[in-house]
Amino acid sequence: MKPAPFTYHRARSAEEAVSLLAELGDDAKLLAGGQSLVAMMNFRLARPAALVDISRLAELRYVRVHDGELRIGALALHRDLERLAGPGVLAEFGMLRRAARYIGHYAIRAAGTFGGSIAHADPAAEWCMAAMLFDAQIVAHGPGGDRVIPAASFFKGFLETALRPDEMIIEVRLPAPRPGAAICEFARRHGDFAIVAVAAAVDSEGGACRDARVVLGGVAGTVQRAVGAEAALIGSGLDADAIAAAAERAAAETDPPGDIHGSAEYRRHLVQVLTARAIGEAATYA
Amino acid sequence: MTDAHSIRITVNGTEHELAVEPRRTLADVLRHDLALTGTHVGCEHGICGACTVLVDGLPARSCLMFGVQTDGRSVETVEALGTPDALGPLQQAFTDHHGLQCGFCTPGFLMLVTAFLRETPSPSDDEIREVVASNLCRCTGYQGILRAVRAAADARAAG
Amino acid sequence: MHDAPGGPAAAVPAGAAAEAPAGTAPQVPAAGGWIGRSLRRAEDRYLLTGRGSFVGDHEPRGTLHLVLVRSYVASATIEAIDASAALRQPGVAAVITAADLAGVAPLRGVLARPEFVATDMPVLAAGRVRHVGEPIAAVLADSAYTAEDAAELVGVSYGELPAVAGVADALAAGAAAVHEAAPDNVLVDVTPASSPGLDDIFTSAAHVVEVEASTARITAAPLEGRACVAAFDERTGQVVLQTSTQVPHTVRTAVALSLGMDEHQVRVISPDVGGGFGQKCVVAREEVLAAAVARLLRRTVKWVEDRREGLTSGFQAREQFYHVRGAFDATGHLLGLDADIRCDVGAYSCYPVTCGVEVLMAANELPGPYRLQVYRARSRGIATNKTPIAPYRGVSRPQAVLAMERLMDEAGRVTGLGAVEVRDRNLVDAQEFPYRNVMGASYDAGTYRESLARCAELLGHGSWHGVQARALAEGRLLGLGLACFVEPTAYGTASFGMRKMTIVPGYERATVRMDPSGSVIMMVGTHSHGQGHATSYAQIAADALGIDPGRIRLRQGDTELVPHGWGTFASRSIVAGGGAIARASADLAGQLRAIAAHLIEAAPGDMELADGRAQVRGDPATSVPIDELARTAHHAAHLLPDGLGRGLEATAAFDPEGTFSNATHGAIVEVSPETGGVRLVRYVVVEDCGVMINPMIVDGQVAGGVAQGIGAALFEELCFDESGQPVSGSFVDYLLPTAADLPDFEIHHLCTPTPRTPTGSKGMGEGGTIGAPAAVLNAVNDALAQVGASVGRIPVRPADVVAAIAEAASRDPADSRRKTQ
Repeated sequence: MKPAPFTYHRARSAEEAVSLLAELGDDAKLLAGGQSLVAMMNFRLARPAALVDISRLAELRYVRVHDGELRIGALALHRDLERLAGPGVLAEFGMLRRAARYIGHYAIRAAGTFGGSIAHADPAAEWCMAAMLFDAQIVAHGPGGDRVIPAASFFKGFLETALRPDEMIIEVRLPAPRPGAAICEFARRHGDFAIVAVAAAVDSEGGACRDARVVLGGVAGTVQRAVGAEAALIGSGLDADAIAAAAERAAAETDPPGDIHGSAEYRRHLVQVLTARAIGEAATYA
Repeated sequence: MTDAHSIRITVNGTEHELAVEPRRTLADVLRHDLALTGTHVGCEHGICGACTVLVDGLPARSCLMFGVQTDGRSVETVEALGTPDALGPLQQAFTDHHGLQCGFCTPGFLMLVTAFLRETPSPSDDEIREVVASNLCRCTGYQGILRAVRAAADARAAG
Repeated sequence: MHDAPGGPAAAVPAGAAAEAPAGTAPQVPAAGGWIGRSLRRAEDRYLLTGRGSFVGDHEPRGTLHLVLVRSYVASATIEAIDASAALRQPGVAAVITAADLAGVAPLRGVLARPEFVATDMPVLAAGRVRHVGEPIAAVLADSAYTAEDAAELVGVSYGELPAVAGVADALAAGAAAVHEAAPDNVLVDVTPASSPGLDDIFTSAAHVVEVEASTARITAAPLEGRACVAAFDERTGQVVLQTSTQVPHTVRTAVALSLGMDEHQVRVISPDVGGGFGQKCVVAREEVLAAAVARLLRRTVKWVEDRREGLTSGFQAREQFYHVRGAFDATGHLLGLDADIRCDVGAYSCYPVTCGVEVLMAANELPGPYRLQVYRARSRGIATNKTPIAPYRGVSRPQAVLAMERLMDEAGRVTGLGAVEVRDRNLVDAQEFPYRNVMGASYDAGTYRESLARCAELLGHGSWHGVQARALAEGRLLGLGLACFVEPTAYGTASFGMRKMTIVPGYERATVRMDPSGSVIMMVGTHSHGQGHATSYAQIAADALGIDPGRIRLRQGDTELVPHGWGTFASRSIVAGGGAIARASADLAGQLRAIAAHLIEAAPGDMELADGRAQVRGDPATSVPIDELARTAHHAAHLLPDGLGRGLEATAAFDPEGTFSNATHGAIVEVSPETGGVRLVRYVVVEDCGVMINPMIVDGQVAGGVAQGIGAALFEELCFDESGQPVSGSFVDYLLPTAADLPDFEIHHLCTPTPRTPTGSKGMGEGGTIGAPAAVLNAVNDALAQVGASVGRIPVRPADVVAAIAEAASRDPADSRRKTQ
């Protein structure tokens, strides 16, 4: 299990990284934390002709609040989100800290990056779900400068994104806090990618839910919203019946694949169970 | 340019200059170019953690990192933790509490836990279990490892 | 598991968890000396500091790296192999195919019995492949990276054939034959027991209980995969094979046979071994291949199995299907047992134990610890186009115990006696030992009933129904499961001989040699790979010799250095190896006493060895240091009469008659009715392996075994698609338990010394693995019974649990009695 040959290029800046990508062509890949890419390379399931190493771009490792939005540098480590601190940030974006605990384990969280996870676009990845949940703005840097891609149009398919071959994510912006947000997962084993994960956010006023967001992981080629479930929640009192109805809608509107860890039917069942849990938990923070 | 890159890395305090092919993993560089065979390779896809070393103080799967990436950086391996005649405190705890059997996964656990205890000197039992769950051991059922980490943390706290 | 219903200790019955797990704190010396003390392991210091020596660590200058081209179809003829592109790659030295290995014989494991069909396992496929991952060609290059590049360029043209991917496929009418020699795909078909009158007993029995149980294909997955470094030594004319094995001498035999050499022309060295668990107690094709290529090319050749190879091409195990019926009288006594067992043995027979190893053991050992004299069993080994099986810790016993303990739980329900009482009535009682079981095995004394009673008590069985009911009222499903078993260990040649293998293992031979400075080297053919023999054996020898175990060293794992022996497997080492060490040490001690007696003019029979000195019993004033005896024996032998001294060495063999450890395992689980997740709340072991040489090591073996058994019960499964493609080729898909998936184990010991071994010890290395699947499955089913559901297959996948609950809920409530399937 040794990777196929490639050329190695260390970028000293985001500008240099994208110009290297442009120069090296379609078979070049960015290397950040390497937790998914290098494993795939060792299996020779990925065989980039060139790697552009951006892991030294320390200027891209940050998590900060800016004008009420949370800005996460592409090279923020999972552990940086796990250590999110400050009462304001925790109240508004605390879901990220809780979600980080689901990512692999200590050693993975010390190596993997937020931007790398978004760019890899695994359909059960917590950060991809969070991006959908928070309506993230993904800032891609390319030869022509920056462009901002909304999460809703970023995830295209299984491990496929709207990024162009010569673009890199430099920052992910979460434009608005969602205090009432939670993520619930089920995996066979501690630290594994979830069989199904559900993230939910609710916002209520005077006991009535005025906004809801339900994002499903592990049920399709990409993370996806359960819009029917969201609709079922809005206007409801977030009571047990409403939550159950929304969970049922979420299960009904998904068509998950089956694999050795769980059949399609089982995944749909988990969607229902976990949607209810996630909404219920989200409501406790709202 | 799949040709070798010249790199300079500090391993266990000693600087080495060597030429490495880009695809050569850090694990292979350590084991076969620097003859530090205490770092073991168990899966080559980042799951088992047997190859865990510290890069600039943080635990890293050395099978998921290329040697060329460590140019200018500092790497610590199990060989730095102690010698057979003078075990380090964590190593001592592992032998006291039967935290190893075949010994193949052991260096990875030692490095993982070394990083952990440096930043979490007084861990809870749950935190210990969560960290130990990063790596795989097939011999011990983790019972001795968990006890050893607890004991090492307690000994550290007691000064 | 992310899903964690309930609080951490919520299900622990009050008063039952107080007793700490057996710890590893230093223990006071047991009476008599070193045996019984939890000494720190002699092995630890070098392993903890990265100074071990594993095969993969060795890479002499000029080594060629061997990478295999493996079949990616399950059944095919090989039409052509085109290595030209690979050979054009810079750094590639050779591409070896079967055509280059003319004269290298296939591995042929044989049982000399009519119910067995012998098949050959070629070292490289010759014209035909029978499973995905079968080796076809070997690429040799100057680095592992280059060799992998070149292996991708070797073109293989396959003529695809229909494949049989499972037992049902293989037994179907018109199924493709895996081997021409077995057109029906049955490689073994034995009926080792067929008691007369069995059918009548079933007809007239008060209760007939019937269960099915099945277990998924799994694998040992040692953290160190298999690995070889082979070279040809022109000085000695030897092939020198370093390999990660449990059985160096058996590898030597296989390589010599295959290469057509005398055994002295093959030297097998096995340094530190990173786990084996049975997978390395048979001979792999790659070991023979590495030796053959090294001889052919006269180069050092290195092969290191990668994890994908390990999970797809390394030996597998455990895929079995049981249909078991038990006849019980009105008072719950087992009157008769009838079993049909099918084992999916894969495409080839492993050497030397053959694909019959699971088949025979499953049927022979099903009766377990229960009083039973009427038994019928048919057991079949079915060939499929999947990776061959080999022994894996416990061999068939984890599955047989699973089936038998499911039967006992069901009998407890049917008779109304409950799980504990029905077992207690049927377990062999202390008065009955030695007990000759229905298969003719003679059980030495054990604590079958006592271990059950103790385990049940520790788990709070008496108040369990209340605990369970209170949890149910909160919507939580708790279950308590038990598993009783007897662990036949340390088979000697007599037992192995009954299998009719062409080579019969069983004895062990040890040489114990004192050097002139009074230190001791022990040489033995067992091969520790985590079991701490260097420590335990030294404790045995130290007691015999009266010296500190720190002055006693073990040499193992080199056929040039140690006596011919059989390696470490089948829970044999502390009995067979330890027995040989004890005997040889006693002989050497006699020599020391005789020398001492001569020097101080006393009778040898009055001498004792203790604390590094020889003295007249009870008279320390007369003592001589043992170091001085050693110096005299070597450097001043002229002071001794002929026959004394002139070296200090003894060799002895021990061929055990078999010992029988016993245990009861108990688990408490919480099952999430929503996700189907199973969380282990408690795990209790009460075991009896006789005298423990080093209790810390015994606990470690139990714990490791339990973890593997829990892995089999809840997580591990090698999946194949219907065409025989493996789909669990990584640790992402093959799930080993992690620390977060296991509770703290509570391990308790009873001690019934056996008269059958010099130390009173019984084997125990496999027991943990044997009991855990049944205890966990029974616990899950105890939980599920509350909602009328059950599962009968391991691993218990969350999806299975959810499906079973849904199926139960969909049944007519009037018919909600649980069904055992």
